[in-house]
Amino acid sequence: MRRRWALVMTVVTVAAGLSACGDSGSSDGKTIKVAYQKFGNFIGADELFKKIKPVFEQQNPGVKLKLIPIEADENSYYTKLGLMRRSKATAPDVAYEDTFFVNSDAQARFLMPLDDKLASWPDWNQFVSAAKAAGKAGDGHTYGVPMGTDTRGLWYNKKIFAKAGLPADWQPKSWNDLLTAARQIKAKVPGVIPLNVYAGKGVGEAASMQGFEMLLYGTGDKLYDDQTKKWVAPSRGMNDAMNFLKTVYSEKLGPTPQQALDPHWSDNVSGQELSQGKLAIDLDGSWLPQAWIPGGASAWPDWSKTLGTAPMPTQNGQAPGKVSLSGGWLLSVGANTKNPDAAWKLVQLAMNKENSLFFYIKGTQVSVRNDVTADPEYLKGNPTQKFWTSLVQYTQYRPAYSVYPQISNQLQAATEAVVTGQAAPEKAVADLAGQIKQLAGPDKVEGTS
Amino acid sequence: MVAVDLPESTRPAARRSPARGRRAAGRVLPLVPAFALIALFFLGPILWCVYASFTDVALTGATASTPHLVGLRNYRRMFSDPAFGQSLWLTVVFVLGSAVIGQNVGGMALALLMKSRHRIARAVVGAIVVGAWVMPELVAGFVWYAFLADDGTFNAILHAVGLHGKSWLYAMPLVSVIIANVWRGTAFSMLVYSAALSNVPEDLLEAAAVDGASSYRRLRHITLPLMRRAVMTNLMTITLQTLAVFTLIFVMTGGGPGTKTQTLPIYMYQSAFKFYQLGYGAALAIVLLAVGGVFSVVYLRMMREEV
Repeated sequence: MRRRWALVMTVVTVAAGLSACGDSGSSDGKTIKVAYQKFGNFIGADELFKKIKPVFEQQNPGVKLKLIPIEADENSYYTKLGLMRRSKATAPDVAYEDTFFVNSDAQARFLMPLDDKLASWPDWNQFVSAAKAAGKAGDGHTYGVPMGTDTRGLWYNKKIFAKAGLPADWQPKSWNDLLTAARQIKAKVPGVIPLNVYAGKGVGEAASMQGFEMLLYGTGDKLYDDQTKKWVAPSRGMNDAMNFLKTVYSEKLGPTPQQALDPHWSDNVSGQELSQGKLAIDLDGSWLPQAWIPGGASAWPDWSKTLGTAPMPTQNGQAPGKVSLSGGWLLSVGANTKNPDAAWKLVQLAMNKENSLFFYIKGTQVSVRNDVTADPEYLKGNPTQKFWTSLVQYTQYRPAYSVYPQISNQLQAATEAVVTGQAAPEKAVADLAGQIKQLAGPDKVEGTS
Repeated sequence: MVAVDLPESTRPAARRSPARGRRAAGRVLPLVPAFALIALFFLGPILWCVYASFTDVALTGATASTPHLVGLRNYRRMFSDPAFGQSLWLTVVFVLGSAVIGQNVGGMALALLMKSRHRIARAVVGAIVVGAWVMPELVAGFVWYAFLADDGTFNAILHAVGLHGKSWLYAMPLVSVIIANVWRGTAFSMLVYSAALSNVPEDLLEAAAVDGASSYRRLRHITLPLMRRAVMTNLMTITLQTLAVFTLIFVMTGGGPGTKTQTLPIYMYQSAFKFYQLGYGAALAIVLLAVGGVFSVVYLRMMREEV
């Protein structure tokens, strides 16, 4: 009796084990899988694909669209997407792809070149050239259609400016103008943080991109030289950018180091500091209203009356006078898709004029399509959208190489050392240059100072 | 898990007979699927991890689809990487502070104090301590974050009695995570030691008391020697558990500020899944396994020695 039981249990367990194994890998070309991020405030992509799913399935009889929303923050999204792509059975046919992963994902042969398909797509002429270039990898092929972008610049509180005796249409022309305004606010409006520039590892990429790189790219120096194909470190610009950070934090024009290093600081800036009138000037991005619009995480109906916008000036006002950096996302087709035509049709449908407009508004994106930019519907509801879109012609993209996340991490650590006073700016830059040499390889780095 | 043979293991020697052989087969057969599953989901990943640690496999970039064998490069890089040395040191401090000292001594103290107390006192204390232990690690992490954060409960209490608070997670991050882990894990040691204490013969202690031994001498010369195996088993278990603690630290500090609480599991996660260096992350995992192995061997040796 006991032995029979043992036998039965054995059979049951084996059967359960086998059936669990048999379920994977049902990719037959009849199902198009699209993977995208859905997290916190960001539900634009989810809404877009839910909207077009019935349309796509009607236009392509016999093909099903399977939505794979990945609920993860940005960094974990890249990780999960990368892990999905390690197996052909789980690799998505179409994916929401960060522009700065294009090079490394193309090298990994995760992506399909779209050059021929784009050449015969009439809509492609509507895309602005900076955005077209964002989907182009170092090998000259284009691997994705841009889904909009973001730009970076200054937000400022007009009510605090009035108290400090600063103009409501403030437009700084150099770093000095910026510091002068901050000092004036510190003197006349106590209890307010005059100027927020992100720094330190707590806020992650915000410290690299909204903080250090927005300064560096205004000095004339860059992080990566596209001509020589080398990283540039150390440089005079790096020293100047670090010295600017030191000035802001040591003169107490910025947040305290404890505030700045809190991992939740960037959420606090949009959710509390700006909306409660505790922060005067914020070097930040175009997407902030996403939190303030009705239904956002911290709705603030009066935001557009209280806040003004200004471009971030270059160091001494040198041409072109304005700095902006951009990120942005693409729709890419997987290299191993069984049905490339259907996948491409999905990309075309998702990024046509109507659906681009829908996504720009839902995702607080800056338009990269000329026909959408000209559409009155696009500017309705967000009065600053015109300003942020005007920065697209000045904007630059980050170096899109797989070592960038590690270099960015070192940038964050270096800014942290400077704002906490642990290292002098020149020492922090020298250490940073050493780290970049180690990460990228000594022959891939050139110093200019 | 490492099997520990208990003192009372006095199995009768197996007699060889065909009937016994068949019965043994009948007993082993139902285990086959379980072993197969362990091999598939436990041994398989470990072997892959060993293999990956000798390659440059990454999550993106050219080596994602065509990894190369790179020999010992990952290990050489590790030992020349100051971040690794720091992580190893932090891991050792974390394990010594929160497991070997905190949980172990705390658990022993609780067990001794509860031994001859009233039933209700034991039930109340036991419920509170075990309550911290049954709480999921993620929840415990949030609880401690909320307690120690700048505007958290602890600072609110300090302000209420007129003291100045501090940014605890910023000013003393390692101490914070060690205390949180002691709070969470002490229950396990307490349960093990309570069970072991009840096995110490009462008449032995009474005889010693009659001979005039102080309570400290009774603890030092009778109770502790008799509990030695339980102590070693407990130390090994909590050491291995604490070596692998990830969620608690990740939720409370994220390994920061800077790298001040970046223990090996956090560093491994960062290398493999934030910087996409799967090969390097795998090498770190192997080293973590080796550190756990060293601790286990030391404890097993200490257990084998006779009193």
